[in-house]
Amino acid sequence: MENIEHPENTFETRELNVNLGPQHPATHGVLRLMLDLDGEVVKRCTPYVGYLHRGIEKLGEHRTYFAALPLSDRLDYISSMNNNVGYVNAVEKLFGIEAPERAQFIRTIVAEMGRLSSHIVWLGTHVLDIGATTPFLYAMRERETILDLFEILCGARLTVSYPRIGGVRNDVTQEFLDRLYEFVLDFPKRMDEYETLVTQNRIWKDRTVGIGVISAEEAVNWGLTGGTLRGSGVPYDVRKFFPYDAYDKVDFDVPIGKNGDCYDRYIVRVGEMRQSNRIIQQCIEKLPKGPVMAEEAKFTLPPKDMVLKDMEHLIHQFVLITKGPSVAEGEVYVSSEVPKGELGFYFVSDGTGKPYRMRVRAPSFVHASVLPRLCEDGLIADVIANIGTIDIVLGECDR
Amino acid sequence: MEPLKIADRLKERFADEVLEAKEFRGQVSVTIKKNKLLEICNYLHDDQDLLFDYLVDVCGVDYLGKKDKRFQVVYHLYSMRHRHALRLKAEVSENDAVIDSVMPVWVGADWHEREAFDMFGIVFRGHHDLRRVLMPEDWEGYPLRKDYPLKGPEKEWRGFLEVLEKGQKFREFQWEE
Repeated sequence: MENIEHPENTFETRELNVNLGPQHPATHGVLRLMLDLDGEVVKRCTPYVGYLHRGIEKLGEHRTYFAALPLSDRLDYISSMNNNVGYVNAVEKLFGIEAPERAQFIRTIVAEMGRLSSHIVWLGTHVLDIGATTPFLYAMRERETILDLFEILCGARLTVSYPRIGGVRNDVTQEFLDRLYEFVLDFPKRMDEYETLVTQNRIWKDRTVGIGVISAEEAVNWGLTGGTLRGSGVPYDVRKFFPYDAYDKVDFDVPIGKNGDCYDRYIVRVGEMRQSNRIIQQCIEKLPKGPVMAEEAKFTLPPKDMVLKDMEHLIHQFVLITKGPSVAEGEVYVSSEVPKGELGFYFVSDGTGKPYRMRVRAPSFVHASVLPRLCEDGLIADVIANIGTIDIVLGECDR
Repeated sequence: MEPLKIADRLKERFADEVLEAKEFRGQVSVTIKKNKLLEICNYLHDDQDLLFDYLVDVCGVDYLGKKDKRFQVVYHLYSMRHRHALRLKAEVSENDAVIDSVMPVWVGADWHEREAFDMFGIVFRGHHDLRRVLMPEDWEGYPLRKDYPLKGPEKEWRGFLEVLEKGQKFREFQWEE
């Protein structure tokens, strides 16, 4: 009888430890979270990363600047093009050279294509995690088109290594530009379709509005970047603050949110996709003529056909490949805006052909560290929404 | 504000602490002693003309055999309001590889400091949870140090041996007839 009067005495309550991941489809890779649950409320959240650690920073120290470029593909494998662009820009700054204008425009085009493909995957998987299956199926269609275009451009679909130190690997073909332009004209309509499915969806709004809120000051203090920061209303975008390539020659807006919740971050990234589309269109229209590779015999690889014909070029090629260029002693930190946020490369040069220290500032690493702040005292179902909204790729987080 | 002017202000205010200010490719690095790091960081963060509210990155660098003090901890700072950047480098010797954590100023330093601890063995005093972040918890040695071999230690890591053993066991497993 006593038990019925005090129902809390009839069963035992205790905190429950749940291990989420590392093999869990909603963690977008090999992220592991230890959750201490009190009922459905997350009391403590501890992320564990490093399952994909390959020592890219260490490997970079043992390779010449040219040979370390493919390592950057393996950082964020969803948008390898953006990593390449970030890497070559940092190395060019260290060398003190500049790519020709045409190459800069081409890099801007491919970087924005990379951003589109990454954001589309993010959109598809994020809404899929929360329960909307349909957009995911269509998202893969757009991504496929972009990957096909990459294949036309350089033969590779995922790990491209197309931008090179001092320019790009090869010039674009007319077929590539035509098909890309067709895609660009079509894309806003596709975006409208996604937005019809998601943006005003009742269930979507219930699951994301007011979830994972982080204020502007706090977001800056945590070092968040990219869409995750702009969702809180801080207009920090490396493309605007430190323009590289052709970003100062095109016109685009930086969408920002207001409340800093999952929904605003979604709105920001969707807006970014439309802006990327605008950038690509302008770049194709303004694409200047000229060479696509800088001619700095001491720092850039000579054209392959000349290497086979001319002694001097052959010597340059040989020296650059075996010994690496002789770089001034010093250090640079150069960042670029990748789909996930600010990707920075910090090089310390000791005057030899290999970097003395290559540091990769990975946005996903910082974003993963903020997960406890977003998840604690929330519901366990919102953990999934939070993992999706910070948009992490573990290849970049673990390096 | 011009980065070199910021360096001058630091020199004025912390004359004994600042060792060197150097410009390369338009970027300024200020090398400091580690003792008053927190005070300097607080000043950089709070001063109305400086307002370095965004800690871009923290990383270690190993200058084995190149400098007297073996390590440097490098802080990349940026101000969202004033849009200026600064690189702060604190010298840390091998015998006393301890430095103050800047987490009281920028929370974002959390995992960066853990990584520097993981890769270089630099201890951050006052960090709330200084564990390895990328390498396994029972890993021996600090991989990004210059005297650490590229292919890793001779002895395989315990966890990897376990995986190999298990794989062998599964290969030899016989289904009962």
